[in-house]
Parts: sequence; C-alpha cells; structure tokens
Amino acid sequence: MDDDVLISKSFKLLGAEGRTALIPYVTAGYPNRDATVPLLERLKDVGADIIELGIPFSDPLADGPTIQRSSFAALENGTTVASVLADLRTFRDGNDLPIVLFSYLNPILAYGLEAFLSDAVTAGADGILLTDLPTGADPEVEARISESPLALIRLIAPTTPFERVPKVTRGGSGFVYYISRTGVTGARVKLRESLAEELGQIRSVVSLPVAVGFGISTPEQAASVAGVADGVVIGSALIEALDKGGIDGGADFLHSIRIGMDRG
Amino acid sequence: MSTKTPTPVNRFGPFGGRYVPETLIGALDELSSAYDEAASDQSFCSEVDSLLKDFGGRPTPLYHAERLGEAAGHPSVYLKREDLNHTGAHKINNTIGQALLAIRMGKRRIIAETGAGQHGVATATACALFDLECIVYMGEEDVERQALNVYRMKLLGAEVRAVGSGTRTLKDATNEAIRDWVTSVETTHYIIGSVVGPDPFPRMVRDFQAVIGRETRKQILEITGRLPSAVFACVGGGSNAIGIFDSFLSDKEVRLIGVEAAGTGIETGQHAASLAVGKPGVLHGSFSYLLQDEDGQVSPAHSVSAGLDYPGVGPEHSYLKDIGRAEYTAVTDQDALDAFHRLAELEGIIPALESAHAIAYVLKVAAKYRNNGPVVVCLSGRGDKDVSYVAQIEGNEPLV
Repeated sequence: MDDDVLISKSFKLLGAEGRTALIPYVTAGYPNRDATVPLLERLKDVGADIIELGIPFSDPLADGPTIQRSSFAALENGTTVASVLADLRTFRDGNDLPIVLFSYLNPILAYGLEAFLSDAVTAGADGILLTDLPTGADPEVEARISESPLALIRLIAPTTPFERVPKVTRGGSGFVYYISRTGVTGARVKLRESLAEELGQIRSVVSLPVAVGFGISTPEQAASVAGVADGVVIGSALIEALDKGGIDGGADFLHSIRIGMDRG
Repeated sequence: MSTKTPTPVNRFGPFGGRYVPETLIGALDELSSAYDEAASDQSFCSEVDSLLKDFGGRPTPLYHAERLGEAAGHPSVYLKREDLNHTGAHKINNTIGQALLAIRMGKRRIIAETGAGQHGVATATACALFDLECIVYMGEEDVERQALNVYRMKLLGAEVRAVGSGTRTLKDATNEAIRDWVTSVETTHYIIGSVVGPDPFPRMVRDFQAVIGRETRKQILEITGRLPSAVFACVGGGSNAIGIFDSFLSDKEVRLIGVEAAGTGIETGQHAASLAVGKPGVLHGSFSYLLQDEDGQVSPAHSVSAGLDYPGVGPEHSYLKDIGRAEYTAVTDQDALDAFHRLAELEGIIPALESAHAIAYVLKVAAKYRNNGPVVVCLSGRGDKDVSYVAQIEGNEPLV
C-alpha cells in the first residue's frame, strides 16, 4: 500500500535539497520510561528525518552488546508494546516526523498481529522493521503487514545473494535498509570499502530509497556514507552517547552527525 | 545415516520456519542444498555410518533393565544405551554428521552452543577429529554447574566462551552463537545441538539422530519379537526424543512420550515445560511452543538439569503434540534426582540428569503398561558430568 506517505515525502524533500536522511535508532523506555518522548523531540530538533523506535525484546539476537543492554534495561523499566505505542501517540500529537517501529516478531505476535497493526497506525507509526522476519519467512504475516497502512521496511545484507535482492524488497515500502556489514548492530571502527559499489548494484534493481546502517559511529563515517546512500542509520553509537551524557549528550551527538553529513 | 528424502517444506504443520536476520538467509539456503545433496550421496552416508561405528561405538545396546523394571512394576523395561556412545551421550551422532557437512561446504571454523556441555564436548570432539577450529558458547551459570565438561572441551582444543547476558544459560548461549554466526557466516558453520533453530536444522539434526530409533526398532523386534507399547525420552530441545521417536511415527500402536523438566513444580513457574504450559511463539529462528509472558518476552526456564533448561522446544515436537501423535509430560527436579540415585543403585548405571527425567517418569507409570508389551526408555547420556553438582546440591540440602 502507498500509505507510507510521510516516509516517502521525507525522502523526496531531502532528495530535492540534495541531502541525506538522518535516521537515529533509540530503544523505547531507555534510559527510563519518561525519557522516550522528550528524547524523540530532541532528536527531531537536532535534525533527525525519520526515527526508528525500538520495542525491546528479551532475546535480541540481531543486536550487539549496546542495544542488548538498552533492551534489557527497558524491559526492567516495565516497557511493553502498549507503553511504546502510548509514548509514540504522545510524541506524534503535534509532530509529523515519520516513525518506524523496530522490533522482533514475538512481542508483536503476542500482542496480536491485527491489533498491533491497528493500534500502531492509530498511535502514529509510519513503518515497521522486524529483524527476524526476512522476506519469505512467513508469507501470511508479511502480507498482513504489507496490506496495512504501515510501510514494511526490508533489510538487505552483504550476504544477500544478488538474485534475491529484488525479491527481498517486493512487498516492502518506505525505504530499504542496507546492513553495511555482516554482524550484529554496534559501533565499528571501519566500514566496508566496497559500500558504494554494493549500493550501485542494489539501486540497479531496487527503486526505493536505500538507507545504510550497522556500525556507523562518527560524523566522518556518516558523511562518507551520506555521499553514497539515501539515508544514514545511527543506533548503538547514539545509545552510547545517551549513556555518557543523557538526553542532552545524545542530542549533541546526533547533531554532530547531522553537521558531518550536511558538510560531507 | 538415513537416505530418506528430506522434507521438501521447511515446516512441521505451522511450526518451524526461518525467522532469522536477513544476513543468514544465504547461508541457510547453502546449508539446505548442501545437506540435501549430502543426504542423497551414498559415500557421505557411509562415511557418517562408519565413523559412528568405529569412532562413536555404534550400535548402542538395547538393555533389558530387569531390576529397574521390578521397581517400576513392569517386567520388560529396556534402556537404549546412548550413554555408551563416545563422549557419553547421543550428541555425537549429530556433530559427526554436521562436521563432515561443514568440511563439504569448505567451512573450517565451527561454533556451537551448549547447556549441559554434552553437545559442546561432542562438537569439540568432532572438531579435534577433523582438525577444525571450535568455539563453544556456554552460559556462565552452566559453566559453573558443568565444570567438568568445560575442562573436557578445553582438553579437546576448543575455546569456551562464557555468556553473561540474560539468563546466563542455554537460551542466551544460543543467542550469542547466532550473533557470532551472523558476523562470521561466510567462513563458519554453526553446529546446533538440538532439533531447534531455523530450517534446515530441525530436520537435519533429526535425521542425524534418527539412527537411535532405527537401531531401537530393530533391536526390540529381535529381542522381544514385538514393538514396544511405549517409548519414553526426555525433552529439552528434544533431539534424543525425536531421534528415538522417528522410526516409530508410523507405528500408531506405539505411544511416544516426551518428558520435560517441571523444575520445582509447574505451579511455581520455575520449570522448562514449554510443551506442557508454553504458547507458540518465535525464538531462535523457529515458531514453536515457548515459555513467554503476556508481552511476548521469553520467560527464563529452570531445571536442575542444564540440558533441559531451555524455554523453547523443537518445532517437530510442537507438531507431534498438536496432532496427538506424541504425548508430553513433565517431572520435577526432585523426581529426577531420585531417579538419578535409583538407576545407579538398581542397575549400576549413573544417568545424566536429563535422562533421569525419563527414568523418573517410567518409574511412575510403567506398571500401567505391564500387560501391553515392552517399554523403551532412551538413556540419552551418562551422569558423570553431574556427579559433583548433585553431591553439591545434596550437601547443601540433604535429599533423604
């Protein structure tokens, strides 16, 4: 469905300005339950174009130590699917920044897929990304998400066989998330040198905007990725900045990324 | 090993599937086709069979446990002696096969998860045999309660990585192994130790373990001239149970009974009885019965036995439960500890605490089967690894 209006609009506007989307990830309920709404507002103020809001799961097997830690802490704080949707609704009351919910399948199934899709849309979500629901894993669940107003954000990995790439993005919308290297989420010192070439190959068969994430942690890296991608996802490095400097520290860090990208 | 055609679909009814990060899809496709090709290659199957015989010690005996039977009120209780395999458990049946498959795929780095350490030891053993690099992920709590197996793995040349996140047991060791695999998939094969995980693991591990049931069926017919009335096996992830059940699936008159860990009692919430009280959900790449809370967060499991201390279960068991082909029950830590002693005293066999769950249940119910023919219990492993842990528990809190 073409209801991922805000996400598409965001990429179109940025494209017209020659800018790249800055897409921060934060775990809802981290560092505490009250932090989420003010944090989302600050991230918007310092230049986020789309925000990935993580619904924590007890077994985040696609995540590295930083996001694992934030997920466990959020669960200890009592964060639930319902509380994340409530925070989202509060934030979206007066904000039109697109929000992509980021999670694993089980909390969504336990909430009830239809109820979740309906409540997430009501709360103001624009898209959903489920790390353990690769294309073809569960055609029924995938079809129900695709038919909902939420954009189904698909992931492409460096290990995705090239002939699978067009198949991966079929039924997806909004943008495609390219994992810049094999592995779990987390800050890295070096990014893949072949990134530009890989993105060129993806673009030859995919028409959606391509955001790149997994491992981007400095303004220099963000600037270099921004030169070749339509969007830059910043997750673990932002969580680490939050740990060091609270909401202000996180916002300052993201601002430095924004400046790096725009200058780059 | 069996050369039967592998299941063409990746599910058992609604259960199973491939709920994994996109990064692993290419590797799972590669593994599926390599496995399907190997399973229909006579030379691969012969190599597995010959190693299981000469290196592993197969076939394992089917032993008439007369004194156990007397205590249980049934004259004809048989133990399938998987404890007599090299390394002391059925786990070697799978690791030999998967290690040969890894070599066939050109992958010389092996990772594994382990709970009790039996699968870790069996993986380290296969890696020593074939000169493969071996890294075993094990929860910190299990590293403490299974110190002997940790040392055995190190002796065999493996690196043991203690996992301190989450529950510090098998569930989080599996998460960490999957994270390693997501990072290293281009050079690494992940030898999963049970019939869990994304397709093709549940069917592949089943096929490697199905030798248990093939031998058992042949042996019981030779010894008693009839099929058993019931087959019992403990269920954590469920590999020994699937292994022994598989050859009896079409013998409708044979009851198949899986015994889960009831921990300190189902009612206490401290247990590992996924099939008894779990709800279907997604963990570690497959859809299956799962211990979880109402928000879909996975609940910590508990069992005195590290090998059963897992909140999920193999998807084929979920299917067998739902279609009514197999029945599942659970026994407590205390019952398992009692059975650990009783088998030692009655038969001179110290069972693994995992297997002691199956023995405990047979002691409770065998009498009901006394007029229906022999019963078979899969004695999946030996208890040497548990001796010091049991002594420690009993020192703190005497059992008798």
